[in-house]
Amino acid sequence: MWIYEKKLQYPVRVGKCDPRLARLLIEQYGGADGELSAALRYLNQRYSIPDRVIGLLTDIGTEEFAHLEMIATMVYKLTKDASPEQMKAAGLADHYVNHDRALYYHDAAGVPWTSAYIQAKGDPIADLYEDIAAEEKARATYQWIIDNTDDPDIMDALKFLREREIVHALRFREAVELLKEHREQKKVF
Amino acid sequence: MEKGQNVDQWREWDAYYSPFDPCSPRQKYYLIPPDQMTTFQSAGLKQYSPHEALKRGTLWPDLYSPYPRGAKEGTR
Repeated sequence: MWIYEKKLQYPVRVGKCDPRLARLLIEQYGGADGELSAALRYLNQRYSIPDRVIGLLTDIGTEEFAHLEMIATMVYKLTKDASPEQMKAAGLADHYVNHDRALYYHDAAGVPWTSAYIQAKGDPIADLYEDIAAEEKARATYQWIIDNTDDPDIMDALKFLREREIVHALRFREAVELLKEHREQKKVF
Repeated sequence: MEKGQNVDQWREWDAYYSPFDPCSPRQKYYLIPPDQMTTFQSAGLKQYSPHEALKRGTLWPDLYSPYPRGAKEGTR
């Protein structure tokens, strides 16, 4: 089970009215390497992975939901007061006719989220390498989003999220090292 | 590369088994292929004969990964 804390993992401030940025941020919401994909991927892989790394997948998968919530907050703040004209000018007319200002799980190009984005191969090495790749791709995506804004407030939160991807990638690589060990083998120091 | 590293590429582990689980427990195992133990392949490693290499898919015994478990390993 989960216990919900009604606050964000890191404060989200949006200093500039820029609905255009919402369209880019949605990549991390419902994109292939976004936070939804990450959370669902890790929390699902947990069941069949060796028990030594289940806890890691639980922890990181849970944190990804906290990131998802931060992205949602940014998108919401950027669009909640936008007029239909502003939505159109931001390239969000397509979104507006289908969803109004509601959030939806699709990527920056409007492609709806699909579980085909995530894999559970059952082989722990294959699964962990997918996880490492996903973290690096998400880090790159954050970089390209940061390149597309000049709002220092939103940049601050995005830099935090980018750094978390780096830490997660390392944790997954450590998990690979743990699985490579012969557990029963006696170690001589 | 460490010697004899492809002798045992398999790792075993036990998943938690509850007294209320419906099926009898089963040993869990996974494979660590030899590429995982190599950062950068070193030069001068022992090689298979050309014919053997073509059959196995690699020139080097150190990179050979037999499958399924229990399949014949090493040189003839």
